[in-house]
Amino acid sequence: MAEFFSGFLLPLIIIVLKILAITVPLLVAVAFMTYAERKIMGAMQLRQGPAIVGPFGLLQPFADGLKLFAKEQILPEGANRVVFYIAPMITFFLALVAWAVIPFDYGVVLSNINVGVLYLFAISSLGVYGIVMAGWASNSRYAFLGALRSAAQMVSYEVSMGLIIISVLLCVGSLNLTEIVRAQETIWFAIPLFPMFIMFFISALAETNRSPFDLPEGESELVAGFMVEYSSAPFALFFLGEYANMILMSAMTTILFLGGWLSPLPFAPFTWIPGVVWFALKIALCLFTFVWVRATMPRYRYDQLMRLGWKVFLPFSLFWVVLTAGVLVTFGWLPK
Amino acid sequence: MAFLDRAARSLFLTELVGGLALTLRYMFKPKVTLNYPYEKGPISSRFRGEHVLRRYANGEERCIACKLCEAVCPALAITIEAEPRDDGSRRTTRYDIDMTKCIYCGLCQEACPVDAVVMGPNFEFSTENREELFYNKQKLLANGDRWEAEIAQNLAAEAPYR
Repeated sequence: MAEFFSGFLLPLIIIVLKILAITVPLLVAVAFMTYAERKIMGAMQLRQGPAIVGPFGLLQPFADGLKLFAKEQILPEGANRVVFYIAPMITFFLALVAWAVIPFDYGVVLSNINVGVLYLFAISSLGVYGIVMAGWASNSRYAFLGALRSAAQMVSYEVSMGLIIISVLLCVGSLNLTEIVRAQETIWFAIPLFPMFIMFFISALAETNRSPFDLPEGESELVAGFMVEYSSAPFALFFLGEYANMILMSAMTTILFLGGWLSPLPFAPFTWIPGVVWFALKIALCLFTFVWVRATMPRYRYDQLMRLGWKVFLPFSLFWVVLTAGVLVTFGWLPK
Repeated sequence: MAFLDRAARSLFLTELVGGLALTLRYMFKPKVTLNYPYEKGPISSRFRGEHVLRRYANGEERCIACKLCEAVCPALAITIEAEPRDDGSRRTTRYDIDMTKCIYCGLCQEACPVDAVVMGPNFEFSTENREELFYNKQKLLANGDRWEAEIAQNLAAEAPYR
């Protein structure tokens, strides 16, 4: 019995606690992300944003969440019941499960696997399944069109995203996320690989279906895209998943290009601040830019979106992979 | 060279950066929001809000039942019935305004020779059912008593132009 406890139950409890330590702050971050988005967009449009519920409207996300869960769940006629309910769960699950490999500080990571980047990339690619299933199972034209758009868009941008990641990996020589961050101790990859940084960020916008690439939702022509038939808790799951994905993509940008938990300047007053704080600050900066772009750009037309993905990003990132490899080999900077 | 110029512009995302800079500048500008139920915007002394029926200082109602307002009303919102009172003066027995018909054109107050029917500064008189918007004489006189101070001020301010 004691062996069962120390060999199985205790590690299990510790892992569950670790998972909670990641997901609970993440969900709180998601809640306040919706608040911050409305506040920032409001400020950029000379409005106040939410300001009534709680001090400065800080309780608004919780009021919204309560409202959503109190609403009626609707199952559309002719919808595939099982797939309809599984789809939002998949979206939400995938948005959370990717956080297992994100290093918050040196050694502070749930599972420090050696193929961290591949894992992240695979999980974020799987995200399209939730959307396609939602669009198909809803038995609605708008939802179906939104899902088709989303599938095509996410696949297109993953190609160039993969190439961008390869050019980072060439400079690191490891797929381990902790190693990637440690390789940036001399200089963050955002500086030598600046064009890749910008392109990765833009691809991240497309990957998370954010404005200006929010065609899957496209409220002006598709009502709400793939989630048009969803209400109440399933809709809330989609919503949470979308924002968790935004935070995940920001974390990926931070790890690959902005030096993860490293402090911006490697001397005293900056190094006193713990790495987790730097990591959170960098993610917050990326998220601010997400919102900032949304407040600035109009939505792309669908053919423009595809042209940008296949005819601009793909050749450019391919060229940059070759250039990076060439420079590394020529100067003998290839990592051991 | 025009081609090079255009290519450089799109390569360095100058338009996008310009747009982002604009929104960032706007973020630090003062907000224009008016917290409506707590703050209210200024109202002109010519504002045409809820109707009132006014009284003279001695409490005698001003309306002499000339029915000019009923005649001029383009929306046919005003209904008046009148007969001589015991003291011989001509007064209304019924003065109804259907606020759901009223288009707030202000012709009734222009037509009124004794400044009896006036559109006051009140615009917050929404109700939960339409029956409450069928105002009768009693309601209109009560409105007049309630808003007399503001209305007298507005009329005095507008007097030179009428």
